Amino acid sequence: MNLPPALAPGVTDPRTQTCSTAELGPLRLDCGVVMDRVTVAWRTYGSLNADKSNAVLVCHALTGDQYLADPHPVTGKPGWWHTLVGPGNLFDTERYFFICANVLGGCMGTTGPMEINPETGKPWGLSFPVITIGDMVNAQALLLDHLGIEQLFCVVGGSMGGMQVLEWAASHPRRVFAALPIATSYRHSAQNIAFHEVGRQAIMADPDWMGGDYLLHGTSPHRGLSVARMAAHITYLSEVALHRKFGRKLQNRTNVTYGFDADFQIESYLRHQGSTFVERFDANSYLYITRAMDYFDLAAENGGKLANAFKGTQTRFCLISFTSDWLFPTQESRAIVHALNAVAANVSFVEVESDKGHDAFLLDEPEFHRTLQGFLDGAAEQRGLG
Amino acid sequence: MNPSQLRFDLRMIADMVAPKTRVLDVGCGEGELLKFLRETKKVDGRGIELSMSGVSGAVRQGLSVIQGDADTDLKDYPAQAFDYVILSQTLQATRNPREVLEQMLRIGRHAIVSLPNFGHWRVRLSLLAHGRMPVTSSLGFAWYDTPNIHLCTIDDFADLTEAIGAKIEKGIAIDSSGRTRAFTPPDWKANLFGENGLFLLGNK
Repeated sequence: MNLPPALAPGVTDPRTQTCSTAELGPLRLDCGVVMDRVTVAWRTYGSLNADKSNAVLVCHALTGDQYLADPHPVTGKPGWWHTLVGPGNLFDTERYFFICANVLGGCMGTTGPMEINPETGKPWGLSFPVITIGDMVNAQALLLDHLGIEQLFCVVGGSMGGMQVLEWAASHPRRVFAALPIATSYRHSAQNIAFHEVGRQAIMADPDWMGGDYLLHGTSPHRGLSVARMAAHITYLSEVALHRKFGRKLQNRTNVTYGFDADFQIESYLRHQGSTFVERFDANSYLYITRAMDYFDLAAENGGKLANAFKGTQTRFCLISFTSDWLFPTQESRAIVHALNAVAANVSFVEVESDKGHDAFLLDEPEFHRTLQGFLDGAAEQRGLG
Repeated sequence: MNPSQLRFDLRMIADMVAPKTRVLDVGCGEGELLKFLRETKKVDGRGIELSMSGVSGAVRQGLSVIQGDADTDLKDYPAQAFDYVILSQTLQATRNPREVLEQMLRIGRHAIVSLPNFGHWRVRLSLLAHGRMPVTSSLGFAWYDTPNIHLCTIDDFADLTEAIGAKIEKGIAIDSSGRTRAFTPPDWKANLFGENGLFLLGNK
């Protein structure tokens, strides 16, 4: 994505035309910086009930955004969880009020490195402070204050969204009635930090990155960002799923070409994933958000003992992992379950059999959806939501 | 939920549980006992179950159940977290029954254990008369594919409770036609005619 640094007056920002925005703050970041005002861009589905008890906060993953269920304003593609959301659907908009906000550091309207720093009149670029999952959650908490919602019925999210769910439950326990962290971990593993570093280095190695100032120079590090996305995309799949979908099949040809064209379908697929991603995502946002995930370690934040993060919690938890997810393997969810057991928390946990890898949480997995539904129904009954 | 809808052995376990207590059901399947206890005794129940279908079936009923097993998932709970920890027809399939039983009595004030009795006369007869590993209604597997790796008799189990310093508060022998008899071990009749044993244990 390469929007002009400052939109001309009177021109509506396409990224936020179909959602809400508000200036909130101040926000004290973990790095020590205090941001006086931050913009949060969010989208809601359904309506808030009279006693404001039916709000569900959906936390998006690394490259997700607030467009949960309606078309993405830049790409026109359906929302990332659109199959779940709707009247009478699993995420029933007649029953619950769904809120999905673009994360702090993101590039879809919430304050992030591509927005204008009010002090300089220029895009933040690398002068944007380094943010954490905790900062993202605190920005969302400001949004809840703004909306007048004291307690969320549920916080749900997969992958980095799941990290936010855990952070919500740990640092704002009284504001979370039920928590649904999916395909996630309480801390980013060495392997995952390693993959992120490959992605960041790919971006920074692109000469068009210009030390982070590409918006000022009118360039775009799309090659670096595209490589970052290609490498990351592999980690979201599984060997079995790749083999089933592509195998060694050739792309529109009957023989290999003895060259470096995309001979194989998998190469063509990854190149396509990379090139479509750069249309909608900002390279510096990718650096900042991956860093926030790397820094996440809920155990370290609590004296090295994960259970301390949840001491005395009254929140009902349901954790879900997938058998073929090697990015956030089941053992990570199990460690969270054990920590929750140690404080005698109310917790459910299912490892869903799927060969679709980490991305399974975004795909049609009937057993996963049945579990989501069952947990939400049970929690709604406890909360007195008819 | 009507008591008659609940499986016979689960109903007997349910009878041992006092109302409004905290219960952990280890190997809870789809949670039928937990659901029954919640509805009839207002019990705050949790479950552990090995199979995905069992867990998701239980979660669908609004129960709090985690996927796991008795050997690995008991050690994390704090001491005395529950009033009852239930293990039905599973102890003989655990890798380390002694440790499992010790953990149950650490995290619970009581343990409720039911198990197939390897001292039952049919089992003895099968070995004595035919020289074959017994396959009976409560032990329905051939030796090479049985999950039951740590079988014991009612008396053996009573010895184990003694060894770990537990107290048998109630012992019930259930014969092959479902008749029940309360007993205090050692009890040769229970050990010979009980096809299954059911125990309520407490800490000494």
